[in-house]
Amino acid sequence: MYAFLYKLASPKKFYQMAGQLIPWCSGLAILLIGYGLLGALVLSPADYQQGDAYRIIYIHVPSAFLSMFIYLMMAFCALLSLVWRIKLADVVLTASASIGAWFTFLALITGSIWGKPMWGTWWIWDARLTSELILGFLYLGVIALKSAIPNREQKDKASAILVLVGSINIPIIHYSVYWWNTLHQGATISRFAKPAIAPSMLYPLLSMIAGFLVYYVIVMLIKARTEVLYRERRSTWVKELFK
Amino acid sequence: MQFYQALTVLFKRELLLAFRQFNEVLNSLLFFILVCSLFPLAMTPEATTLIAIGPGIIWVAALLATLLSLNRLFRVDYLDGSLEQLLLSPHPLSGLVLAKIIAHWLLTGLPLVIIAPVFALLLHLPNEVMKPLWLSLLLGTPLLSLIGAFGAALTVNLRNAGLLLALLIFPLYVPILIFGAGAVTGALAGLGYAGQLAWLAALLIGGITLLPIATAAALRMSIT
Repeated sequence: MYAFLYKLASPKKFYQMAGQLIPWCSGLAILLIGYGLLGALVLSPADYQQGDAYRIIYIHVPSAFLSMFIYLMMAFCALLSLVWRIKLADVVLTASASIGAWFTFLALITGSIWGKPMWGTWWIWDARLTSELILGFLYLGVIALKSAIPNREQKDKASAILVLVGSINIPIIHYSVYWWNTLHQGATISRFAKPAIAPSMLYPLLSMIAGFLVYYVIVMLIKARTEVLYRERRSTWVKELFK
Repeated sequence: MQFYQALTVLFKRELLLAFRQFNEVLNSLLFFILVCSLFPLAMTPEATTLIAIGPGIIWVAALLATLLSLNRLFRVDYLDGSLEQLLLSPHPLSGLVLAKIIAHWLLTGLPLVIIAPVFALLLHLPNEVMKPLWLSLLLGTPLLSLIGAFGAALTVNLRNAGLLLALLIFPLYVPILIFGAGAVTGALAGLGYAGQLAWLAALLIGGITLLPIATAAALRMSIT
């Protein structure tokens, strides 16, 4: 296990393994999102209250989940980078930041489109919307900090520290905003309670979430591979690769 | 030199430097006063509206005033090289950083806390909310300095760090703003405000414990 992880942490090995992994992941993502879309648009019935408009949930919930998951992933990478000095963690963190920002944007946009017919307004200062918006600002802060620092090592370390501090702050922000104002419907899927959603809607939704997750892994690996090549551009194995 | 001696020397130095350049201290206070008095001009001098938005105005003005004062915190020391001497000293950097942050709060946060009740009067806030306003500012402004110092440490060696600094720290300021202004609005509505103040106090304790460490790490990262 450790030997495997150790191997994976070397840029060359990571580059090769990621290259082999991407086609498999792509197949899996097509399967998961394909089934999810089929279930979402054809098989599952319309909602008794929201009609067909609820179907945006199949994009909205996976995006919102991914926006939070990617930040957690980045916080984990920041810890790996700061404590164990694993260079690859910085690569993954760098590759993840912009994807996370885009998923946050997607969750906000789809939420806004969903909110117009359901709540009668594009935007409302509701707790979940607001904390998603602030999450977006946190992502933009990390990206802005990265682009402002010229030195690469300093860039990696600064963003790792910022992501760690932000990850401690996220639950505080979430709950402070929650007590401040809430209108949003409760969480649909919870681990601890029976889901408040029919199975015919639940399975496509879970499949979409898994599909989005695999999609994130694919894009992240592609970006990370490019990043590894750029960082290792002076090493012999990269030079041999592009002879 | 003992650790506590180093702390006192650093603390005295900060205060002395600030008093030599006292107009800089006054500037951020003046900024706070100006922002607070722009709102009645921009909106309406009517008492009912001003009461409704007053707590928010005071808190947002405090946020902005803190942001503008952060440039002074590490930037000047970075430019004249004394920040490097701090990093080289054998004492824990987080403690030294905390001394600097406390001095910064005494010079920018505390004046705001002292002058805020005057503005509460100008914004027609009733006397009952003076106590929550004062207490929330007393607990909240040190947090503004602590988080701001972290942001300033991350950006200390960058040119044109001002806007980037705002982008970095304003999302982190959100809970303080909510609990701080929330305590005052709660008191205005005749509700209890102990919960918000307890939260601010808890955040302050957590911030004093953890943020100097993060700030020290950020400083070490910035100056390599």
